[in-house]
Amino acid sequence: MKSAIVVFPGTNRERDMAIALKRVTGKAPTMLWHRDTDLPDVDLVVLPGGFSYGDYLRCGAMAAHSPIMAAIRAFAQKGGHILGVCNGFQILTETGMLPGALLRNANLRFLSQDCHLRVERNDTPFTHKWAKDAVFRTPLAHGDGNYTADSQTLEKLEGEGLVAFRYANAKGDVQADDAETNPNGSINSIAGILSENTRICGMMPHPEDLVDPLMGGEDGLPLFEGLVEAFVR
Amino acid sequence: MKKTVDLALAREFGLTSEEYDRVLKIMGRTPSLTELGVFSVMWSEHCSYKSSRKWLRTLPTTAPWVIHGPGENAGVVDIGEGYAAIFKMESHNHPSFIEPYQGAATGVGGILRDVFTMGARPVANLNALRFGSPDTPRTRQIIDGVVRGIGGYGNCVGVPTVGGEINFHPAYDGNPLVNAMTVGIARKDRIFLSAAAGVGNPVVYVGSRTGRDGIHGATMSSAEFDENALAKRPTVQVGDPFIEKLLIEACLELMATDAIVAIQDMGAAGLTSSSVEMAGKGGVGIELDLDAVPQREPGMTAYEMMLSESQERMLIVLRPDRTEIARKIFEKWELDFAVIGHLTDTGHIVVKHKGQVEADIPLDPLAEEAPIYDRPAATPQAPAPLEAVHAPLSLDAMLLKLVGSPDLASRAWVWNQYDSTVGGQTVRRPGAADAAIVKIEDTTLGLALTTDCTPRYCQADPKSGGAQAVAEAWRNITATGARPLAVTDNLNFGNPEKPEIMGQFVAAIEGMGEACRALDFPVVSGNVSLYNETRQPDGSTMAILPTPAIGALGVFEDVSKAVGLGMASESALVLIGETKGELGQSIWLREILGREEGPPPQVDLVAEKRNGDFVRNEILNGTVTACHDIADGGILVAAAEMVMASGIGCELESPDSGIRPEAFWFGEDQARYLVCVKDADGFCQKAEKAGVPARLIGRSGGNELILPNGVTISAARLTVAHEAFFPALMAS
Repeated sequence: MKSAIVVFPGTNRERDMAIALKRVTGKAPTMLWHRDTDLPDVDLVVLPGGFSYGDYLRCGAMAAHSPIMAAIRAFAQKGGHILGVCNGFQILTETGMLPGALLRNANLRFLSQDCHLRVERNDTPFTHKWAKDAVFRTPLAHGDGNYTADSQTLEKLEGEGLVAFRYANAKGDVQADDAETNPNGSINSIAGILSENTRICGMMPHPEDLVDPLMGGEDGLPLFEGLVEAFVR
Repeated sequence: MKKTVDLALAREFGLTSEEYDRVLKIMGRTPSLTELGVFSVMWSEHCSYKSSRKWLRTLPTTAPWVIHGPGENAGVVDIGEGYAAIFKMESHNHPSFIEPYQGAATGVGGILRDVFTMGARPVANLNALRFGSPDTPRTRQIIDGVVRGIGGYGNCVGVPTVGGEINFHPAYDGNPLVNAMTVGIARKDRIFLSAAAGVGNPVVYVGSRTGRDGIHGATMSSAEFDENALAKRPTVQVGDPFIEKLLIEACLELMATDAIVAIQDMGAAGLTSSSVEMAGKGGVGIELDLDAVPQREPGMTAYEMMLSESQERMLIVLRPDRTEIARKIFEKWELDFAVIGHLTDTGHIVVKHKGQVEADIPLDPLAEEAPIYDRPAATPQAPAPLEAVHAPLSLDAMLLKLVGSPDLASRAWVWNQYDSTVGGQTVRRPGAADAAIVKIEDTTLGLALTTDCTPRYCQADPKSGGAQAVAEAWRNITATGARPLAVTDNLNFGNPEKPEIMGQFVAAIEGMGEACRALDFPVVSGNVSLYNETRQPDGSTMAILPTPAIGALGVFEDVSKAVGLGMASESALVLIGETKGELGQSIWLREILGREEGPPPQVDLVAEKRNGDFVRNEILNGTVTACHDIADGGILVAAAEMVMASGIGCELESPDSGIRPEAFWFGEDQARYLVCVKDADGFCQKAEKAGVPARLIGRSGGNELILPNGVTISAARLTVAHEAFFPALMAS
């Protein structure tokens, strides 16, 4: 799998993502600068976490207008695979490449803790290493991760099975009105969603920070292993 | 601003009449307003260390692994494989009382710059916080602002906040302490220093623009607070972590080239201290043209620009043939870049603005004739011995009360607002081990990091308390398996013009020095914060508890050998160290009996080293699989913390020690650890051979803590008691 990571001014989890990708591919991903206008020949583009443009205006709003985003849109239109994590997810919603929006966490504080995610479908390149309804642990770290969408969009996401991950407890129970299991207050406990063609995935938590037993576990690794298997070349 | 420069104005700027006389003598004329401003900030307590320097010199600062000790922007130690760790702790106390969010945020920003200015990528932040009584609304407001400020800055710049400590005491009601520590990593042959060199070389300003914020911040930090403290809000700086992140990346990119001759951040006293110190250290002169300084607002005077403490700015001396390379890097990161002057051979700092010379000061006398005081110090009185005390409650009731008390309750509510995993190198997150542990990317090396101080011990006996702070930091690093290397100190005290405060300061340094020497644990950087006092409405002043906070760093050759404090399954729990049952100044005495009395526990540095070296060896050879130092709350609280950390229970044995149970279980005797091992007999024999007291005290298993009085408390129940305090406090 050939992959690239986009760095915006204020991006700060590009190194974490590079470690995770290198772990599964054996080679360092290409780092792209937000002012670049062309993408190299890659299978996967990752928009990593951080505070692009300091989260000024709205999280992801200014990065969505960076020069490189035109190339990323074109990549998506050609059926390219894109993973947006945390700020990357926010950027994807700001560009309209994924629906909905990420609001301030329900408790109005930055949250940095482990959470559990339930895998809602396992027939996508991002999720196929897990069983359906599998539960895995992953860190999250954000101030604005409270997913929301209008009722029509939500109906479509749920109706077409475009929810990839939901916040859950360790047993896999989902309870949207419980701050313990749905820490940021996301609607329907949505933690990650897919585009209609399931080739774009946005999620708030950070599986890239749990890919090494030394750092507390490898629970996030299946996401990356699954991507590699999907792009054997 | 048309102000007449005279003694009255000098006093307003914080200079004494004797100091102003010195200024007149050095200048041979009445100084300009800008010149007076430069003298007053350079000679402020904050920048000149005029009350503390004599005593700081007595601290040990060298060891074979120390690359740069005090005097640079931060301390530098060799951690092996060609890498150096660069670290320092610094206070931002006064601003954090006045404007908690920005005060704490800019404290983090400032210490980050001290570290990356030397060429290091920051890899970890810690913070040592002291707040007033939790019962007051103002304390809650300060906690809320400080925690948001630390998180708001650290999370955005992408440096994990991995550890620290929090204490509460009414002595901090009007003067909280915010001590921020940053640790960075550099190749040891790529370290950047601040001494300017090369007459004619350009002096370059990079980063944020200069505004009118923080003018005279360094002077404010060198005075007591009166009832009008909150009116000083305009002297607090405003931080922008996004710009700081860009500045880190741009500086590190520039540092990969050979363009830099010298570099220093603009911290306290901004452009003044950075230019004066860089030129002074290099033995050259410097000429600045303020018209070239990037400015945020129009109409700023030379005085305002020289004294502004606007954040996220650096001053760099470049090789002249590399100026364009440097400019391109800063343009890429969309940061201001301006050549604002050059080095000269005059030995003077000359400041020009709008065609006028606004300041022309000889640098040597500015530094060398800076006042230095040998202030009278009263020897602290030895505390009276503690009379016999008796437990009013059952062991289990006292334990549950203690684990939920302000100083011992879970800090998860705070930690969970700090990004502790960004960077992907956090081996142990806050609360998982006695020190935070981060890996050095692409190596097997790891760092163990902690901050420690027990102010109530320092209040009762400053010398012993100073030694204890160093010893506890050393012990916390040891308890993870790391080899302790060096410390940074952040000395927070009251008004040094009072002999009893100066006496505390002198005694604490004496104790710290003894411990640092005995443990081979030199001081490589630090900061002094004096005048931490608040004037009360009745005219009296209240000083904080003496708080010499110690930030410390240890190293692992192989970080996979690190252990945490969570109780291990199916193990023997062994107590290391001698127990006499010292209850003086203990948390038990304060929380259960409401008394702050007696001498603090004795510090025996020989026992400390012997016990610690033994424990560390047994961790590294794999015998000890979990380890927790015994500190506040004694053995029983330590055991409960181990149970809560892993959810694995433990059955404790009744001690046959001849000591009253409350003294045995809650005494705070030093140099002790609880360790998990498989073979208790073999381990205790080995300890005996090494001259280390060791005894079996319990066995792990199940999910309950079984007390020697037969009462069982589930891990879950302990956790509920432990975690209730902060959320309840902050919701009220």
